[in-house]
Amino acid sequence: MSAIAVDARPPVWRRLVGFNLLTGIVLGIGGWYVGWFGAHAVVGPSLDYFGDIDFNELSLVLAYFGGVVGFLVGLGFLNYPLARLRGYPSSLREKETEGIGRYFTLCTDHKVVGIQYLWGIGLFFFIGGLNAMLIRTELLRPDHQVFPAGTYLTLVGVHGSMMMGMMTSGILGPFANYLVPIMIGARRMAFPRIEALTFWILMAAGVILQTTIFWGGFPTGWTGYGPLNIEAYQGMDCYLIFFALVGISMTLLGINMIVTIVTMRAPGLTWTRLPIFVWGVLSTALLMALAAPVLICTLSMALFDRIAQTTFFIPAGGGSSYLYENLFWVFGHPEVYILALPGFAIVLEILPVFARKPLWGYRLAVAGLLGVSLLSWFVWQHHIFVSGINGDLRPFYMLSTELISIPTGFTFICGMMTLWRGNIRYTTPLLFCLAWFFNFLLGGLSGVFLSDVPSDVTTHGSFFSMAHFHYTIMGGLVFTFFAAIYYWVPKMTGVQLSERLGKIHFWWMFLAFNSTFAPLFAIGFLGQPRRAVTYAKSLQFLNDWVSVSAYLLGLSLLFFLVTFVYQLAFARKPAGENPWASRSIEFQLPSPVPVHNFDRIPVFSGDPYGYGEGPEPSWVPAGAPAGRD
Amino acid sequence: MASNPTAPTPAGASPTNHGLRVIVAWIVLSLVATPLVAIFVGPILPPGNDSVQASGQVLDNTVLTATITPVLCLLLVFFVYSLTTFHAPAATALEDGPPLRNHNGIQVTWIVITSAVVLALAGFGTFELLQTGSGGGQGPSPVANPSGINHMMQVQVIGQQWNWTYRYPGYGGVETQQLFLPEHTYVQLNVTSLDVIHSFWAYKLGVKADANPGVNNVAYVKTKGPLSFEIRCAELCGLWHGYMYQTGHIVPQTAFASWIKQQRKLGSSVSFYLPKYSHFYYPDPQRRGG
Repeated sequence: MSAIAVDARPPVWRRLVGFNLLTGIVLGIGGWYVGWFGAHAVVGPSLDYFGDIDFNELSLVLAYFGGVVGFLVGLGFLNYPLARLRGYPSSLREKETEGIGRYFTLCTDHKVVGIQYLWGIGLFFFIGGLNAMLIRTELLRPDHQVFPAGTYLTLVGVHGSMMMGMMTSGILGPFANYLVPIMIGARRMAFPRIEALTFWILMAAGVILQTTIFWGGFPTGWTGYGPLNIEAYQGMDCYLIFFALVGISMTLLGINMIVTIVTMRAPGLTWTRLPIFVWGVLSTALLMALAAPVLICTLSMALFDRIAQTTFFIPAGGGSSYLYENLFWVFGHPEVYILALPGFAIVLEILPVFARKPLWGYRLAVAGLLGVSLLSWFVWQHHIFVSGINGDLRPFYMLSTELISIPTGFTFICGMMTLWRGNIRYTTPLLFCLAWFFNFLLGGLSGVFLSDVPSDVTTHGSFFSMAHFHYTIMGGLVFTFFAAIYYWVPKMTGVQLSERLGKIHFWWMFLAFNSTFAPLFAIGFLGQPRRAVTYAKSLQFLNDWVSVSAYLLGLSLLFFLVTFVYQLAFARKPAGENPWASRSIEFQLPSPVPVHNFDRIPVFSGDPYGYGEGPEPSWVPAGAPAGRD
Repeated sequence: MASNPTAPTPAGASPTNHGLRVIVAWIVLSLVATPLVAIFVGPILPPGNDSVQASGQVLDNTVLTATITPVLCLLLVFFVYSLTTFHAPAATALEDGPPLRNHNGIQVTWIVITSAVVLALAGFGTFELLQTGSGGGQGPSPVANPSGINHMMQVQVIGQQWNWTYRYPGYGGVETQQLFLPEHTYVQLNVTSLDVIHSFWAYKLGVKADANPGVNNVAYVKTKGPLSFEIRCAELCGLWHGYMYQTGHIVPQTAFASWIKQQRKLGSSVSFYLPKYSHFYYPDPQRRGG
C-alpha cells in the first residue's frame, strides 16, 4: 500500500466508529436491554394474573433476540439490503482490501472469513477444553468435592454444547470457506454475505452459551432432553437460543457450500476431477443443510414450552418426552457425521501428497463419503435403544448402524492403499492423519458394541459411550483439524510452521489423548455412568489416571497455542509457494492467496492427484483475459 | 478384514511380494490372537454372570471382541509393515511412488468381506435380542418375550427426582423404598417416571431401561442366586442425578416372602393414600411461562 493511500485513511477514532465488531458489541448490548425491558413492559402486567409463574422467561428470550439483532446490525448486515431498498446500486464486495481491521468486521472475502473462523472456533474450542479440565478435576474423587452439583452439570453441559455446537463448523468454517472456492477455481462463495453471516451468528451463539452461568446454568448436558429442559432454570434458555443459532448458522453454511460447489466450478472441473476434500465438504454440507433445520424447530418447540405454555414435551399436557428424544437425534446423528466426515476428507486429501501417490480408488472414496452421508439419516434411534421407543424397530436400527461401517471402511481401504508402496514422508500433517487411522479405528470398533442392542444395554449411557465418541470426534475431527492447520496454515498466512515443534505437539497430544480416553473404555465397562458426579470408590485410581492424562492433554494444546501464536506473530518464517510439493491448485498460488485468488480462472484437465504420472499440471489459466466472475 | 487387501500390482512390478507378506503375517497373528482373546478376555467382559440376561450380554461382548480382533490385527500388521517399509529416505523424499489408482479385485474383496461381517453381526445381535430382550427396556408392548410371560413376577420401578421406589402389583400394589427380588425367578420390570427421564440401570443384572413419564417401559430379567447389586440412574435427570443410586437385593424365596409381608404390614397405614396401581402416573403439570 502506498504512503498516499495510508494518509487518505481516516484517523483511528473514526475507524473505530462504523460498522465493525465494536459497534456490533455496543448495539448488541443495547438490543439486549431493549428486548429485556420491552418484554417486561408487554407481559409484566399479565404476570400478576398468572400467579404461579416464577420468572419472566419471555423477557430473557427477547433480550437475547434483541442482542443478536443489534449485534448483526452493528456489524453492518443491514447496510446492503437497506441500500438496495433505497435504490442505490448493488456492490458485491465489502471491506476486502483493508488491513488488519477487516478481520473485525463484516467481510465478504472468503479467505478472511476462513481465518476469522479459525480464530473464532479456536477461542471456543479452548474454552470448551478448559471446561473439560474442570470436569476432570471434579472427578478426581469419587464423591463430589470441588464444585456444587449444579455447577458441575453446567460445566458438563457447556463443554458438550461448546464442542458439539461450535466444532460442527470446525473444518467447514475455516478450511472449507478458505479452500473450496480456490479448489474449484472460483473467486468467491456463491453467497458471500451469508458466508460472513454464518460466522458472526456463530460467535454470537458462543457468547450466549457462556452467559448461561449468570442464569444458574443448565442441568441437561448437550442433549437438552425434555421435560427436564422445561423445568430447568433460566440458564436453559441460553442453551436453547445458542443451539438454535448454531443451527441457523449451520443451515446457511451448508446451503452456501452446496450451491458454491454445484454451480461455481471452473471449466473442466468435472465431478470426477473434484478434490476429495471438496467431496467431503459437499457430503457434510448436505447433512448440515437438511439436519440443522430439525434442530432449530425442536429447540423452538422447547422454547415455546418454556415461554408460551405449550406442552410439546410435557406428558401431563398431552406431550411426550419421546418426541424430544426422537427429534433431537434425527438431527443429532447426522450431526456427529457432520463432525466426522470432514476428517475423512482431510485424511484422503493429505495422504497422497506425503505418500507421493495418487489417491487410490477415487470413486470408492467418494462413494464412502456419500454413503456415510446417506446412511447417517437412518440410524438415529440407536441413541435411544433402551428408552422403550419403537422396541420392535431396534433390529432395523442395529442393522443400519452396522451397515454404516461399510462406507466408513471405504475410507479406510482408500487411505491404506494410498500409503501402500508409496514414498512416505513423515511430516507433521501426515502424522496427524496416521493418528486418525488409529483413533478412528478404536472409535469405530467400540461403536460396534454400542450398535449391538444386547451389548448396548450395558454400555449405553456409561463412560464407554463417552470414550467411544471422544475417540471418533476428538480422535477423528480434532486430529484432522490439526493436520489441516499444519498443512494449510502456511498457505493461508504465508508463515511456515516449525516441523520440530509440530512433531513435539503431535506426540505429546497423541500419547496424552490415548492415555486419557483408552482407560475410559474400561471405566465404562465397569459400570460408571456418564455425567454423574459420584462413582464407585474402586474406580478412583482409573479416574485419577484419566484426570492427570487429561491435564497433560490440555497442556499439549496449550503448547500448540503458544507456539502457534509465537510463530505467526513473531517468528514469521516465510512459507514458500508450495512447501509440501503438493499438486493441489491452492499450492500453485502465492502464499497467502491474493484477494481475487486467480488472475485468470483456471481450466482443469485432471484431478490434483497425478503423482508419478508426469509433470503436467492438472490445470492451466484460461486463455481469455477476463474470467467468468 | 479383507483377505486380499494387498494384492500385488501386475506381475513382476515388484521384486518383493509385500502383499503376500502382510497377508501371511495377518493370518498368523489373527489365528493366534482371536482364540486367546475369546478365551482370556471373554470371561472378564461385563456385566458378569449374575442373571440370565447378563450372561447373554457377556456372550455378545465376547463374540464382538473376538470379531474385531482380526480387524485390529489387519490394521496393525498393515500399518507397521507399510510405515517401516515404504519410508522415504531424505534424498529421495520427493520422488513419486508408483501411480496405482485402483484395483477392482481389492475393492470387491474388501466390500464383500466387510459386508458379510457386518450382516453376520447384525443377524447375531438380532437373534440374541429376540430371545429375551437382553435386559433392555422394550417399551409398553415388548416384542422379545421369553416363554412363560404370563406367570412372571411383576415389579414396577418408579423414578423420580432423585430416588427410586418400587411397587409390587402381585402383593396389593405395596410401595417400597428398596428393591428385593426372589432368586431364580423371571421378573418383569415395568419402569416409569413421575417427572423427567431417568434410566434404571442394574449393572450386575444386565438391566437398563429408561424411565419416561407417562410410559410403561418393560424389561425382563431372570435372577440367579442371592446377590446385592448397585442400582444407578443412567440418564441425566437434574441436580442430584449423581446421587440417585441404591443397593438392591436378590434373596431366597422364603426371605422374600417374609420381607414382602413385612413391607405390606409397614405400608398398611399409608397404602390407602397411594394412587391405584397403574402402568404409569401422570405427574402434576410442570409449567413455565410468562
